Amino acid sequence: MKWSEFFVTGEPLIYAADVSIVLTVIGIVFILTYFKKWKWLWDEWLTTVDHKKIGVMYIISAVLMLFRGGVDALLMRAQLTAPNMKFLDSQHYNEIFTTHGTIMILFMAMPFIIGLMNIVVPLQIGARDVAYPYLNALSFWLFFVGAMLFNIAFVIGGSPDAGWTAYFPLAGNEFSPGVGNNYYAVALQISGIGTLMTGINFLVTILKMRALGMTLMRMPMFTWTILITCVLIIFAFPVLTVALALMTFDRLFDTQFFTMANGGMSMLWANLFWIWGHPEVYIVILPSFGIFSEVVSTFARKRLFGYKAMVGSIVGIAFLSFIVWVHHFFTMGAGAAVNSFFSITTMAIAIPTGVKIFNWLFTLRKGRIRFTTAMLWSLAFIPNFVIGGVTGVMLAMAAADYQYHNSYFLIAHFHYVLIAGTVFACFAGLHYWYPKMFGHMLNERLGKWTFWLFMIGFNVCFFPMYFLGLMGMTRRMYTYSAGLGWTPLNVVATIGAALMGIGFLVLCYNIYYSARYGERDMTGDPWDGRTLEWATSSPVAHYNFAVIPEVKDLDAYWEMKKSGKGFEMDEEKLKPIHMPSNSGRPFLISIAFFFAGFGLVFKWFTLAIIAAVFIILGLILRSFDDDDGYYISVDEIKRTERLTRKEA
Amino acid sequence: MGTNYHHETFPWKHIVGFILSLVLTFAALWIAFSSGLATKAILTGIVVLAVLQAVLQLFMFMHVTESDSGKIQTINMAYSFFIAIVVVAGSIWTMAFVL
Ligand code: HEM
Ligand SMILES: [Cu+2]
Repeated sequence: MKWSEFFVTGEPLIYAADVSIVLTVIGIVFILTYFKKWKWLWDEWLTTVDHKKIGVMYIISAVLMLFRGGVDALLMRAQLTAPNMKFLDSQHYNEIFTTHGTIMILFMAMPFIIGLMNIVVPLQIGARDVAYPYLNALSFWLFFVGAMLFNIAFVIGGSPDAGWTAYFPLAGNEFSPGVGNNYYAVALQISGIGTLMTGINFLVTILKMRALGMTLMRMPMFTWTILITCVLIIFAFPVLTVALALMTFDRLFDTQFFTMANGGMSMLWANLFWIWGHPEVYIVILPSFGIFSEVVSTFARKRLFGYKAMVGSIVGIAFLSFIVWVHHFFTMGAGAAVNSFFSITTMAIAIPTGVKIFNWLFTLRKGRIRFTTAMLWSLAFIPNFVIGGVTGVMLAMAAADYQYHNSYFLIAHFHYVLIAGTVFACFAGLHYWYPKMFGHMLNERLGKWTFWLFMIGFNVCFFPMYFLGLMGMTRRMYTYSAGLGWTPLNVVATIGAALMGIGFLVLCYNIYYSARYGERDMTGDPWDGRTLEWATSSPVAHYNFAVIPEVKDLDAYWEMKKSGKGFEMDEEKLKPIHMPSNSGRPFLISIAFFFAGFGLVFKWFTLAIIAAVFIILGLILRSFDDDDGYYISVDEIKRTERLTRKEA
Repeated sequence: MGTNYHHETFPWKHIVGFILSLVLTFAALWIAFSSGLATKAILTGIVVLAVLQAVLQLFMFMHVTESDSGKIQTINMAYSFFIAIVVVAGSIWTMAFVL
């Protein structure tokens, strides 16, 4: 690597990005210094092990990444609006769809979901924190530095450009000589380790830390989906870890795992990638199902219809999700037996998914429905997701897939499931649980504006793509010629993308507006909720529950409200609460990971080794750490509770 | 955490497990690099050693026998085996057309 290649040059767009990055950094440093906030930042956020704050940081990062991925998307749509556009050249287009896909899935959808689960799961099960709070902080910071490492690629060294799937041989040294795909391998590895630890952490939390009386079959549906998601994470992510490690070896040390020559097997990468990749899409969709279940049952004021069938179908989906991966490469050349098998397993997933759709519909039936913003997202999810699902079954037929494969039909399909499923769920969850995070509501009027703009824009953008696909337009093409008849639909799609962009801006404005003028939630239970998170104050006290509630039924809080029993607090019976201490080490270890990763990307092994020493040092220090946490005194609990308890 | 851990006398189990793991690992290395056996025999040898080591670690480090949640452990292990078979056998079956 020559120094002249270190910074990416030659593109006005890149220079503009350079300038805005520098300005943003200067701005942040200035504001923190001017308002003397450095200590606050360190004490309250960088060293926190509180699951609620970690959740908030996840969600802030996810929204930033949604912005980055969204700008990528708009750039692509701009380039495709008309035939023969010169806005992006082919190399730049390749880089942008690669970063868009990777960022949206790994650095937007995943952290958004993980953020919500961080905030909500301990509250729903009546716990005071997660099982391993320190590990939780480390998970977050590893994800964060992984995301940052990936994001600086486009100004330092160059973006990855082999697609978010990084198929070999394209992603190998021979065809992608720059450092771009090193970024892909290393950044995903670092954040992947964080995700794996989150999976373990929440599995243990849910299995071991439920309040008295909360049997597995009394767990709220969101918690159930997270439990199963953790299982998927634990079993799927190691495959990614190994595949990425092999990729890293191929790229940095010239091993031959995935090369064309010397006994390498390039298609094995695709195979391993999708063994992880298909469970991965369920990792982002199952929690979304959980969010919709909570929202639908709260705003239909009914118990979730067919709870047991719901649980059964999530377990079924999770099981099936490990035996369908070949549907991503039916056209690779495997025999008829292989393709038929995976075709059938894939179609079988439609059965438990269908069960769930009917469960939501029956929950809605005869419910007293309140059309809040969260509910609108959930209601819109059902038909939109069904469109995505039905086209998914079309793609699942191996023979037909030879036609659809890698066309805009596929692009439309997976955006219909990812956006109408995961993104709608994230927005629904954000509106629904916002008071738990910040103590105030998101403005409903603005929320509905976002909803309509985004939802309509989404359909205007992606519905035409089904037809573009059938007309022969393939994915990842950076331009097309005029005579093909694709222009009108492409213009429509770009208009839709712009509408979504405006919807996102309204959401950002809403966050700002609500912080200043938003309605405070004094009750802790603004939606008349059913599960335990609504039994806490808004924003939630540091220790979550002064007294851990006892659970007598599914919809525990609803039962407590109906019977009028269960939330009274006897001040005499309060005990000091044990809490974990903050620690700066997860943050510092992750910084070391960043430099180790950066060193690997550029093959600066001295830097990588020095940073690795710091990582190991951090681990050693941790194992000699005998800080057992601290106690919150009864007096302090009383003071806090008197301030927030309504019936006191 | 915190309150109910007590210090054992000396972690014999861990030390023995550690040494046995090292022995098994070096044995595998030796078979692969210096034993001069036929490829088939080498593969069989290291697979056997790998399985031995996995079992050893389950008992020496992972405390499979010590937990009170036996049912969860059983499901967990059964599922692990299932996934391992799916990943390995599935990959071989899928990729057989290239071989
Ligand atoms: C915000 C609105 C969005 C728009 C306008 C948009 C648009 C696009 C476009 C134009 C492409 C490239 C098509 C091609 O040339 O092959 C693309 C690819 C992709 N998008 Fe999106 N997208 C959006 C949101 C999302 C979200 C939320 C996700 C995931 C959660 C996502 C995941 C992907 C993936 C995985 C790819 C494939 C990248 C690749 O080919 O390597 N997108 N999107
Ligand atoms: Cu799939």
